[in-house]
Amino acid sequence: MITKDNYKNSVKTYQGKPTLLKNCTKAFVIGGLICVLGQGLTYFYMYVFDFTEKQAGNPTVTTLILLSALLTGFGVYDKFAAFAGAGASVPVTGFANSITSAALEHKSEGIVLGISTNMFKLAGAVIVFGTVSAYVVGMIRFTIQQLL
Amino acid sequence: MILQFLWAFLVGGAICTIGQVLLDVFKLTPAHVMSSFVVAGAVLDGFSLYDKLIEFAGAGATVPITSFGHNLLHGAMAQAEEHGFFGIAIGIFQLTSAGIASAILFGFIVALIFKPKG
Repeated sequence: MITKDNYKNSVKTYQGKPTLLKNCTKAFVIGGLICVLGQGLTYFYMYVFDFTEKQAGNPTVTTLILLSALLTGFGVYDKFAAFAGAGASVPVTGFANSITSAALEHKSEGIVLGISTNMFKLAGAVIVFGTVSAYVVGMIRFTIQQLL
Repeated sequence: MILQFLWAFLVGGAICTIGQVLLDVFKLTPAHVMSSFVVAGAVLDGFSLYDKLIEFAGAGATVPITSFGHNLLHGAMAQAEEHGFFGIAIGIFQLTSAGIASAILFGFIVALIFKPKG
């Protein structure tokens, strides 16, 4: 007999994995495509502006950030992120999106207390963890280098 | 060159898939995933592994947020060679400053111009 509880259980086996697989496929394809766009921009800066591959890194990231900030402004990136999940938040475009969308969301509270104070609401965690971990790893690595 | 695009797609996609698994299976928030990835990038660079990934995958490794951690450590180590332990603090934002500065600038300008949606 079907009751509320065993219905949930019997449905569960069909729900869990297909969504995971679907989400992972979307993340893989979209994330991969953003990286392909980045690769295209890197080649563009290498061949048109004669940058080396290392030098081309900064303008590539800056261009992606500009695109992401603009798309966030038009309200496109957030819809896109809802579809692509980690495929949209893991690339550096997701970092720019988190800054821009937090700033936009609090715009009504003013430029200083709204936009500026809330800008790093999400991105702050990335910068804090990045800095602390790079500092610690750097200390350890430098100490080992000095000892060897 | 076409092969380079293919590797960028595969490696970049794989990194994002790991992120999606962390979101769906381990129920982390996007902020937790991004923070863990930055830490992972710094730790991998500590063992000089991330450079090898970049050499091989190009933008597949430089576009995901893991490269932020890698760049933080890279700048720090470059200055540490010259100035010792103080160099770590001097150099830590050297390579990432373009990314952070442009994200702040563009984010600020967009927030000024556009109206919030939704």
